[in-house]
Amino acid sequence: MIEIQNLSKRFGKLQVLHDVSLKLNKGECVALIGPNGCGKTTLIKSILGMVVPDSGTILFNQKPINKDVTYRNQIGYMPQIGRYPENMSIGQVIHMIKNIRKSETAEDNELMHTYQIESLSSKKMRTLSGGTTQKVSATIAFMFNPDVLILDEPTAGLDPIAAELLKEKIIKEKEKGKLIIITSHLLSELDDLVTHLIFMQEGQVRFHKDTQKIKSETGQTTLSKAITHILKSGYHE
Amino acid sequence: MNRIIKFVMLDIIKNKIVLSYAILLAVLAWSVFSLEDNSAKGLLTLLNIMLLTVPLVSIIFSTIYIYNSSEFIELLVSQPIKRSKIWISLYIGLCLALITAFFIGIGLPLLLYAPLHIGIVFNITGFLVTIIFIAIAFLSAVLTRDKAKGIGMSIMLWLFFTMLFDGLVLFMLFQLADYPIEQAMVLITMLSPVDIARILMLLQLDISALLGYTGAIFKAFYGSGNGIIVSFLILLVWALVPFLISLKKFNKKDL
Repeated sequence: MIEIQNLSKRFGKLQVLHDVSLKLNKGECVALIGPNGCGKTTLIKSILGMVVPDSGTILFNQKPINKDVTYRNQIGYMPQIGRYPENMSIGQVIHMIKNIRKSETAEDNELMHTYQIESLSSKKMRTLSGGTTQKVSATIAFMFNPDVLILDEPTAGLDPIAAELLKEKIIKEKEKGKLIIITSHLLSELDDLVTHLIFMQEGQVRFHKDTQKIKSETGQTTLSKAITHILKSGYHE
Repeated sequence: MNRIIKFVMLDIIKNKIVLSYAILLAVLAWSVFSLEDNSAKGLLTLLNIMLLTVPLVSIIFSTIYIYNSSEFIELLVSQPIKRSKIWISLYIGLCLALITAFFIGIGLPLLLYAPLHIGIVFNITGFLVTIIFIAIAFLSAVLTRDKAKGIGMSIMLWLFFTMLFDGLVLFMLFQLADYPIEQAMVLITMLSPVDIARILMLLQLDISALLGYTGAIFKAFYGSGNGIIVSFLILLVWALVPFLISLKKFNKKDL
């Protein structure tokens, strides 16, 4: 569904992405992990067209993304830090995005109800707490029933209940056969979600594997233990 | 396209600055015309106001507006909209808002008090000066991420075009007085939109005698029908080129 070929990007002297090639398919739930500053967010932003790569191509359903922007109709994106026009209210932001996407499929307002966004709808974006902003981001990401969900640190800043609700929603969407890409530092949280794991370091993909395989190869039962095991043994592929 | 322009326009209207700009211009224009019996004198005063305040407000307001819209732009870029569409819509939205303010403030009283042909030329010049400085604002805002630097650059460009350029031209005129540079002067004034606008208007007001020998050359060039058309075209180029450069930069910008 998404194919990344030899993607490179540098910001000034810093090589953020170094020859990254990946293939992500429908029905997968991919966790993108790695230390801070390893290029996860840059990779995600490249897929969304927010960052323009120096070289390499990204194909979405076999079509290069820099020609046609309509592929973004099929992507729901939840940013790490949602930045919204400060003097707009929640209702106006949601209304504006609905207006822009003009989606034909029915809107999925489940998260809007579970997070009770409607009752906050007249609140200005600048007055919101970090957690509420994240809830708004999540609502917007899931609203248009996209085939691909890109969630950058989705649970950071959410309270435990909200995080749990979001996780349930992610599992539900995953069962519908969507491609879900999550970056997170909380490995324990990803355990019952992800099917594939991508580990990035210094702008390169160290490994991209099936989680079952990782667990059986390392002989560990949980993902976090398996990862620590790999890192300790200096396992690279 | 229209939807984004609509959002931008609504946002600018909610922001009281453009409204106060229109009121300020209106107060100036009405008072100038009601104080002077001679509309030519009033026009000259208005011309000076226009050539200073209109570029200043257009460039500063637009630069700050673009920086403040960074969240809005970021939000839209992740949605299925072309980048150029976002940028062009922002430009059109700002242009429409500021042109409307100019028209309400200065344009309308001019059409009522001044001779019709002068009123029309004055209005078109005002619109062009407005969109030129918005385009320059877009360019300086896209070139730097730092808000203070971007606004500083805009202020410097405003100073350069409204004041420094004139001084430089005068300096050159004196230094090279022994050479036949009059033809060249016409070309050099093309390098500053404010100067083209000023000369164009002065010639319309028929006070080009003040400009001396050079004035005669200007009159021969700008005064004729073709000259007016050429100068308007050059003003249009001044609005388009900075904007197109900024558009190209924006399409490649990382957000």
